Amino acid sequence: MNFSEVFKQTNQLCKVSPDGKYLATCVQYRLVVRDVSTLQILQLYTCLDQVSHMEWSSDSLFILCAMYNRGLVQVWSLEQPDWHCKIDEGSIGLVSSRWSPDGRHILNTTEFHLRVTVWSLCTKAVSYIKYPKACQKGIDFSRDGRYMALAERRDCKDYVCVFVCDDWHLLRHFETETQDLAGLEWSPNGCVLAVWDSCLEYKVLLYSLDGRLLSTYSAYEWSLGVKSVSWSPSSQFLAIGSYDEKVRILNHITWKKITQFEHPAIIDNTKATVYKEAEKRPGVGSDEMPLHNITMGATLFNTQSKYEICPLPVQIPVVKPDPDRASPKIGISVLAFSSDSRYLATKNDNMATAVWVWDMQKMSLEAVLEQTSAVRCFQWDPLRPRLALCAGNTKLYLWSPGGCVSVQVPTEGGFQVQSLNWHCSGDSLILLGKEQLCLCYMDTDQEDKFKGTRCRLLECSFFLSGLKHSQQTQHSS
Amino acid sequence: MGEWWTTETSMENYEISSISHVTMSPSRRNNLVSMYSFPLSKSSYSVISAFCTEDNIPQCISYINQELASLGLSSTCIEAISPGDTGLSTVPALNAMYELLQIHRRSMCNLEELEREQLRKSSTLEHIQMSNTRLKDQLELSIREKSGLHETERQLQLKIKTLQSCLKTEKDEVQKLQSVIASRASQYSHDAKRKEREAVKLKERLSQLLIDRKDKKLAIDVLNCLGRADGKRRHWKTTKATSSHEDEMYKSLLSDYEASQRSLMLENAELKKVLQQMKKEMMHILSPRQPSTRGATADDSQEQADLDGEAKGGDASRESLDQYCEHAREQLTNSIRQQWRKLRNHVERLDSQGTSQNQLESNKEVIPRETHEDEMERMRCEVQQCREFIHAQQQLLQQQLNTSFDDETAALLNDCYTLEEKERLKEEWRLFEEQKRNFERERKNFTEAAIRLGREKKAFEEDRASWLKNQFLNMTPFTHRRRYSSSDGQSALSISNGKIPGLACFQTKILATLCMNILPRQFLSLRFGNTEVASFAYLHPL
Repeated sequence: MNFSEVFKQTNQLCKVSPDGKYLATCVQYRLVVRDVSTLQILQLYTCLDQVSHMEWSSDSLFILCAMYNRGLVQVWSLEQPDWHCKIDEGSIGLVSSRWSPDGRHILNTTEFHLRVTVWSLCTKAVSYIKYPKACQKGIDFSRDGRYMALAERRDCKDYVCVFVCDDWHLLRHFETETQDLAGLEWSPNGCVLAVWDSCLEYKVLLYSLDGRLLSTYSAYEWSLGVKSVSWSPSSQFLAIGSYDEKVRILNHITWKKITQFEHPAIIDNTKATVYKEAEKRPGVGSDEMPLHNITMGATLFNTQSKYEICPLPVQIPVVKPDPDRASPKIGISVLAFSSDSRYLATKNDNMATAVWVWDMQKMSLEAVLEQTSAVRCFQWDPLRPRLALCAGNTKLYLWSPGGCVSVQVPTEGGFQVQSLNWHCSGDSLILLGKEQLCLCYMDTDQEDKFKGTRCRLLECSFFLSGLKHSQQTQHSS
Repeated sequence: MGEWWTTETSMENYEISSISHVTMSPSRRNNLVSMYSFPLSKSSYSVISAFCTEDNIPQCISYINQELASLGLSSTCIEAISPGDTGLSTVPALNAMYELLQIHRRSMCNLEELEREQLRKSSTLEHIQMSNTRLKDQLELSIREKSGLHETERQLQLKIKTLQSCLKTEKDEVQKLQSVIASRASQYSHDAKRKEREAVKLKERLSQLLIDRKDKKLAIDVLNCLGRADGKRRHWKTTKATSSHEDEMYKSLLSDYEASQRSLMLENAELKKVLQQMKKEMMHILSPRQPSTRGATADDSQEQADLDGEAKGGDASRESLDQYCEHAREQLTNSIRQQWRKLRNHVERLDSQGTSQNQLESNKEVIPRETHEDEMERMRCEVQQCREFIHAQQQLLQQQLNTSFDDETAALLNDCYTLEEKERLKEEWRLFEEQKRNFERERKNFTEAAIRLGREKKAFEEDRASWLKNQFLNMTPFTHRRRYSSSDGQSALSISNGKIPGLACFQTKILATLCMNILPRQFLSLRFGNTEVASFAYLHPL
C-alpha cells in the first residue's frame, strides 16, 4: 500500500474521470486535472468564481464546473484546452447542475426548483421541464443512460416523468400514490423504478418502465419511515433502511420482504465477527523513537491502532437522539451493496461508530466493525468485495472477507480523512480531508507503475490482525 | 289424697286459713292444711300415730323441746301441765307453735324467694342460652359472610391488577403514539418552516426582480458547437421517433422479462429435477427396508406399489409431455410429500425400535460408532504425535541454524568440523594412495605374469604343435612309433617344430592356425585383495 503526497482541494471536489485516467480537483476557483498514475498536472483551468460543483462528462472529455452563487456553469474540454463554454442562468439562479448521460447536455435546476433547464452543447438549444420537485433525490438517470426519471409536483400531487435522454421526449407521465415523494431510483437493469415517500409515511412503490404500478410496500404506519433505499447491482434486491433501525430486503420477483436486518445495541447469538478498533499507545521513552518520529511527524497524535476480535456478546455504544428535533439521528442512513451483490454494508445513525456488513447469500450478519470515532464514509471496491471506510481521523480502514486492516495515512501535519472514493479499477483510493487530498495505491507489486513518478514512497506501518477464526468458520459450515 | 283432705276438712281449712292466710301461698295451703289436719282429724289418727301416742307424751315433749332448741327456740319450750298428765300447757305450746309458724312462714318466704330466684335464673339462663345460640348462628353467618367478602375482595384485587396492567399498556401505547405524534409534528413544523423560508425568499426575489427590471437574460456562450457523443447527426423529432421510443422501451422491458423468465424456468427445472431425484431416492430407501421392518402394514406396501407403478408410468409421460401442467406439478409435490411422510414415519419407527429393543441390535449401531470414534481418536493421536515430531524437528533445525549465527562458536565449530573433515579426507587419501600403490604393484605383477604366461603359452603352443605333429605323423601305419610318441607327448611339445619338413610344415601350419583361432580369444580376469579391479580383456599377441 503506497500513499501519494498530499494535494490541496476545496469543497471535497475531487473526481476521477469515468475512464479512470484523469483526476480532477478544484482548488478555490481553479480546476486542476492530473494524470492518475503519475499525478502530474496535465491541465489547469480558471473559473470565474469559487466552484460549488464539479462533474466529469461520461466520455471523460469534458468537465462541468458550476458556481451556484453566480448562477454560472462553465464547461472545460480536456482535448482542446482553449475551448470554452459558459452557461449563465441569469437572475433565475442555480441550485444544481449535472450532465446528461450522453455527455452533451447539461441539466440546471433553478432556484426554488422553478424549472429544470436542459442546455444542449450540440445545438445550443434550450428545453424546460416544469414543476420539478424539490426533494432528496428528484432526478435519476438509468444506468444505460437511456431514460431519465424526474419527480414532479403539480397541484399538491406527485407525478413521475420519464424522459428519453436521446431527444428529451416525454415518454411517460404518471401520478404516484405518495403523500410527499422523497426520492426515486432506477434499478440497475433499467426496468423498474423505485419511488419512496417522505419519512412521515413508510411507503415504497415500484413502477415498471412503462409506468405500471408493480407493487407497493409498507412495513408499518405512523412512525417515521424510510430513510434510505438502495438497489443491489444485480437488481435482485431492494434494500430499504428506515428510522426503526431495520433494513428490509425485497426480492425482485414477488416484491415482498424476504428478510429484515436488525441493528440491536447488544450483539449476541450470531456467527458474525465483531472487529473492535483498539488504539495502541505509542511506547514513550523507548530508545528507538526520537529521530525516526521527528521525521515522521508527531506520533503522539497519530496513534496506531489495530483491530481485535471481540467475543460475543458485544455492546455497541448508542447515542440517543433528541426526540424534539426533526430528522432525528436514528435509523439506517447509508446502505451500500458490494459490486457482486454478495455483501451489504449499513450504518445506523444512533450507533455512528459501527459499520455492519451483511452476507446476502446467507442473509445474516457477517461482520461488525466498531471504530473509536464516528464513521464518516464507506465505499465498496468497484471490483472486489472490499470495503474502505474512514472515521474522520488519520487512518484508513479496509475490510474484506479475509480480515480487517487499519492503515495509518503517513502524512505530516495530520491528515484527517473525511471521505473517500475508489478509483474505477479498484486499484487506488482517493482520500479527501478538509482541504487536502491524498491517493492510496493498493497494489504494491506493480513496481513499474511508479517509475518516474512524483510520489514519495513513505513508510507506512500497518498491523494486520483480526483474521477470521478458522474454527468459527468451520463450525458455521 | 289432697282432694280428700280438702273436702273433709273444708271447715277447718277456713278456720286455719283465716289465721295464716296472708303469708301462705295458695299452693301450699292444701299441703299445710293436710299437714295441719293430721293431728285434728281423728279419722287419720292412725296415720300419724307413728310419732306421738298417749304413752310417749313426755318423750315426745322432750324430743320436741330438743328439736326446738336445735332450731334456736330455746326460749319456748313445751311443758306438760303436770308431770304425768297428757295435757300440754297451752301458752308455751302456742308460743312454740307460733314460733314454728314464724319459722315456717319465713322458710316459706325464703323458699318462695328462692323459687322465684330460681325461676328467674332459669329464665335468664334460657334466655342466655337462646341468645347464645342465636349469637353463634350469627357468628357463623358473619364468618361465612366474611369469607365470601374475602373472596370477592380477592377477585376484585385481581381485577384491579389486570386493569392496572391494561392501563399501563395503554399508557405506554399512548406515550408511544404521543412520541410519534411529537416527531411527526416536529417533522411537519420543520418542513413547514422550510417551505415558509423558501416562500419568503421567493417573495424577496420577486420584489427584487420587480424593482430591478433589468432582467439578466439567460444565455449560453459556447466557442463552437460540439458533435454528438456517438458522432451521429441529430434526428428530427417526429411521431415515428416517438413511436420508436415506445418500441424501444417495450423491447427493453420485454427482454428483461424474458431474461428473468428464462432464469426462473431454469431454476424451476433444476428444482423439479432435484425433487424427482429426491423422490426416487426416498422410494429406493423405503422399498428394500419393507420386508425387514416389523409392523409394516399391508396398506403401506400397497401404497408403495401403487406409487411405484404410478411413478414408473408417470415419469415417462411426464418427461415427454409438457411439464408445466398444474396437475403434473401437483402430483409430483403430493407424491413427494407422501414419500417424505413415510420416510419420516419409518425413521421414527426405527428410532423407537432402537430404544426399546434389546442391547444387541442397538449395540450393532453403537459399536460401529464406537470403533469409528476409536479410530478417530487414534488418528488424532497420530496427528498430534506427528505434529510434535515436526515441531521438535523444527526446533532442532532452528537451534542448529541459530547456533550457526553465533559468530565465535560458529567459527570454532566450523573449524572443528573442517578439521575433522580434513582428517577424514587425509585418511581416505592415504588409503587411496595405498590402494593405488597396491594396484600398481599388482598390475606390474600381472603384466609380468601375463608376459610369463605369454611365453608359457608360446612354449605350450610349440609343444602342442609338435605333439599334434607327432600325432599326425603317428596316424601313419607305424604303430609302435605312435605308442612311443604318445608316451612322450608332453616332452614332444618342448622339441622345436622345425625338424619335420614338407608335410610337417603343412601340419604345423594347420596346427598354428588352430592355435591362433583358439588362444587369442581368452579373457583373463585378475583379482587381488578385496578390491575388485576391472577385468581386462587381454589379447595375447601371437
